[in-house]
Parts: sequence; structure tokens; C-alpha cells
Amino acid sequence: MSTEHKITTQKVNFKVFRFNADEDYLPYYENYDMEVTSEEVVLDILNRIKWDHDGSFSYRRSCRHGICGACAIKVNGRSTLACKESMNDMVALFGDELVIEPLSIKRAVKDMIIDKGDFWGKHEAVTPYLVADIDEEPEMENLVSPEDAEALDEADLCIQCGACHYACPVVEINEDFMGPAAFAAAYRFESDVRDNANSRLLDANAEKQGVWDCVKCFECAEVCPKEINPISKITKLHQMAFQKGIAEDNVAVRHAVGFKKSIEKRGHLDEGGLVLYSEGLATIKHIPVALKMLKKGKIAMPWNIPTSDNMDEIKKLVKSSSTAKF
Amino acid sequence: MEKLRYALFTGCTAKQSTPEQMISTMAVAEKLGIELIELTEASCCGASHLQDYDDFLSLVLNARNIAYAEKHGLTMVTICNTCQLNTAMTKHRLDENPKLKAKVNEKLAEVGLEYKGTSEITHFLYAIIDDIGLDKIKEMVVAPLSQFNIAPFYGCHNIRPSELQNKTHKTPESAYRPTSLDDLIIACGGQNVDYKEKSKCCGFHVELQAPHTAAVLTGNAIAGAMDENADWMVTPCPLCHLKLDTQTAHASEAIGREVELPVLHMQQMVGLALGCTPAELGLNHHLAKVDFV
Repeated sequence: MSTEHKITTQKVNFKVFRFNADEDYLPYYENYDMEVTSEEVVLDILNRIKWDHDGSFSYRRSCRHGICGACAIKVNGRSTLACKESMNDMVALFGDELVIEPLSIKRAVKDMIIDKGDFWGKHEAVTPYLVADIDEEPEMENLVSPEDAEALDEADLCIQCGACHYACPVVEINEDFMGPAAFAAAYRFESDVRDNANSRLLDANAEKQGVWDCVKCFECAEVCPKEINPISKITKLHQMAFQKGIAEDNVAVRHAVGFKKSIEKRGHLDEGGLVLYSEGLATIKHIPVALKMLKKGKIAMPWNIPTSDNMDEIKKLVKSSSTAKF
Repeated sequence: MEKLRYALFTGCTAKQSTPEQMISTMAVAEKLGIELIELTEASCCGASHLQDYDDFLSLVLNARNIAYAEKHGLTMVTICNTCQLNTAMTKHRLDENPKLKAKVNEKLAEVGLEYKGTSEITHFLYAIIDDIGLDKIKEMVVAPLSQFNIAPFYGCHNIRPSELQNKTHKTPESAYRPTSLDDLIIACGGQNVDYKEKSKCCGFHVELQAPHTAAVLTGNAIAGAMDENADWMVTPCPLCHLKLDTQTAHASEAIGREVELPVLHMQQMVGLALGCTPAELGLNHHLAKVDFV
């Protein structure tokens, strides 16, 4: 079998975000029509723009090997490391018109360079280091077994590039939300057997701005250049709160627990019952919409909520397979 | 051609807050000559929330649902993106991890069931595209939707994580430039509307916990479609539908702009094009008025 790899060339139109916070009132987009090879990565294009067209064009770069996290930008709205994505893949995905933008337009300082202060502030807030009583004169290495290391679930591979943080729709709306990268960092140290900090999990699981505000959109999992799957760490932080018996009695926690209660009783979800259990008296605020839904036949009455067949099986399995308590 | 048969996992909303989804699924299946065998034994998929509380229990319950599809020897068809995600995720994790599969099967054995991994799990949208085909749909259209600009709203849990999702259907789908729903709109004779929010989140899962975030996301989605002159929206996900159809007052307030569009389920759109009547598709169950038919 031939392993010959064919390099092709083609014309691509780049629309490049330009902005200098010191001089410009508004950003603008500069067009560059370039002949590119399939092998070039986005970073090569940024270099060519700077070296061949406009020396003032600004962007961050360092390692060119996907490990420093400096060159993260957006291509057609998708967060990516400029040094990782080839022209071949980008053109296959988006066609021959590529829009090059910084990770966050509202945080742009100069061209691709953003003020990443919010990212670093949130990273710092999760105590992203081991908190442990260290024997300063150890007799031997502090060993971690392979099984214990596995618990980190590769969260330690994060390079803090910010791709997921600036792809997260909640970060965009709620500036206090910690974001997927900070939660992945929290999980990385929470899951480390050597760590003794207890505050991280409590903070992460707090009702406001904590992991419970995650919308479960999987944008972070999709963009992560290191395939860390940050949302899976958010899910694990939720589970840890229950395992350690420190889950707060709040609306999000009751919402998660309510599913089990409903399934145990009916197999199906009792939608109204779930809202009532999660929110208690606050359920009143839904009455105007609920009445409209009732009129349109969208609300089941307590006596006609559907129930799964073979409920005995479901009840038995809920009893024998439950692993968490609240 | 042999009649297409699937095991139907209805999920919970089709039986409660989106009855029109169940009605239109059955109507479209009949028009398309598809036989759907409802898995009446199935339980809730956990909706990604039980998974936050008790991961193992959610695996056992979803494996039980799949085991019933396996008993019929059929592919499981879902009609909710979140059911699709949680069921396909369970299958993926069990098929990849024999130890975990054995642990789950130990529990299922208590009720005389076994998860084997023999049934595929696919969303009805992809079953239509993969197994019937867009060309066949085009041929079957009797009432082309040619006068409408239709905005597709894909719903996160059908397109992300793309690595998992693309294992569940043959037609490849990009998480950034999804095409399935656009193609289906075109096959039904409509004009597909391109807008930034079509692959974004509707906010459903934090409706109770973070109502402002949820309302802004819903508002942005409808506003995005309105700005591109959409006459109506279409979605394969009943949870997205609930947000887009019933929460417009909150959404309008959150983004400071009146937003509302008729929102159809994917099945209702196909049904209209295939000549079903509004009553056959349950169009009377919507909050945002469907006034174009």
C-alpha cells in the first residue's frame, strides 16, 4: 500500500479581525487572498500575514507544538490552537473563506491578542495546586499508584489555552461563572489522592456561579485541543459532592436527585412533580406559563402521568444499583 | 423495499409536555411506511441530571432500555436529543469497557435482562436521512414548503460531542457546520435559513438553576432566526422546543426585545410536506401560534 501523501494548494480568502485598543474606536476585518498548501497550519497563515503583508499584525505564539497554549484563536467561530489545525481540515470544514478572530472579541486588545485576565483570575480561584502537608525531609519519593493517577482522568493535560473558556456560552452571559477550564483544574486537584484541600469542591458546587450553572452544551468537549473533555470533569465534581456528602440542599441538587425519585415511582419523569420537588414554593413563579401550557394540553394531571411497564424491574434496579445518597 | 422497523424510545416529554411530538412522530412514520414498536417498558434516560447524582444507576437504567430494543432485534430510534445522548453514551461506555458492562449486566440479571450491545441507537432525524434518504423524501413531498424561510435549530445533544454522535449515524455531521436539518428542510421544498445560533444551546438544562442564562440563550436563538427573516423554526429536540415555544416571555425580557416565532418539531415539518393535516400533527398544542397553515 502506498503511503505517499499528496500536498495540494488552493486559494483561500481570509477575513482577519483587526483592532488596536489604543487607536481604534471599532474593530474591522482585513481581507487577505492567499494561496495555501494543505499542510500549512493556521499559525503559518498568521506568520505570513505578519511577515509578508503587515508587520503590525499581532498574535501570541510560542511552541508551535500544541503544548504552550499561547496561540488559541477562533476560526469561523470555532476555538482552536492556531498551530494545530491544518488548512486541509479547516477548508474541509468551513470552505475557502476563513474568518480569523481572537478568542473573545469583547476582550480584544490588539488583533488576536486578548486580555485573558478573567480566565487567569478564575483559574487562580480554584486553588490550582496541591494542598498537602509535605514532609520536608522525605525518606523516599511520594508515590502515586497507577490506579490513583487514573482518577485524574487526564485533567492534568490542560494547557490553559482558554479555548473552552471562550467557547462556553455561560461564561459569555454570566461573567461570574467559573468556566470549564477552571472546573477541570478544580477536578484535577480534587481527584489527586495527595491533596488535602476541602474548599475547592464546596466552592465549585455552590449554587451561584458554580458547576451547577453548566448548560451541558458540550462546546468545551468539542473544542478542547487536548481532548480533556472538561464537561466530564464538571459531571464528576457534581458526583463528588454527593459521594463526599457535601452536596448543598439547593434547587440544582434537588433537580438531579428528583430524577431518581421520579424514576423509582413511575419509570417516566413526573415533569410537574420534579419542578415542585426542586423549587418548592418558588414553583409559583411558573404558574402563568403553566396555565398556558395546561390550556394547550401540555401538562399531565397527577392521575394521568404515564408509568413505564414492568415497574417491578425498575424499582428493583433502583434499589440494587444506587450508589449515591442525598 | 422491506418495511423499515425500529424500536421507539419515546422519552418523557413526548408523553407529557410535548404531546404533539408523539402524535406527529406516529403520523410521519405511517406516511413514510415505517413501523415503530414503542418500548413501553423503558424508563427516563436521566436527562444528564441523574448522571450528575448517580452515574452507575443511570448506566443500569439506560442499559435496561437498550436491552428491550435488543430483545426486538431492532435499532432503537430516539425522538429527543438528550435521550439520544444519554442512551448512545451508555452504549459507547459499555461497549468500550467489558468490566463495566459485566458490572451493569450483573444488576440487569436480577431482573432477567442482559445488555449485549447488539442494537444501534439513532435519532429519528438520522434514521429518516440514512435509511429513507433525502431523495426519497423529495419524491414523496406533496405539499412543498416553498413559500417558507425555515430556521433549523439543531440542539446540542444531537451534534456534540461529535465523535460520539457520528458513530450513531451514517451521514456525517459537523458540530460547527451541521447540515442534516438544513438538507431535510430543502428536501421538503423549504428555504433553509443560515444563522449563527443554529448549532448553539437553548439553555433548557439550567432553566430552574440559572433562569437568566437559560432565557438569554433562548432569546438569542429566536432573535438570530428572526434577524435572518425566518418564518418559523424547526428542531429535532423536544427540550429545545419547550424552550423556544413556551418560554418566549422570559426570553424577550432577558434580551430586551420581543422574540417569538412558530417552532415546529422536525416530524411536524416533514408531516406538513407529506400532506398531513395540522390536526394529525398536533399543531394545536403549541404556545407560539402556528398561523401559517
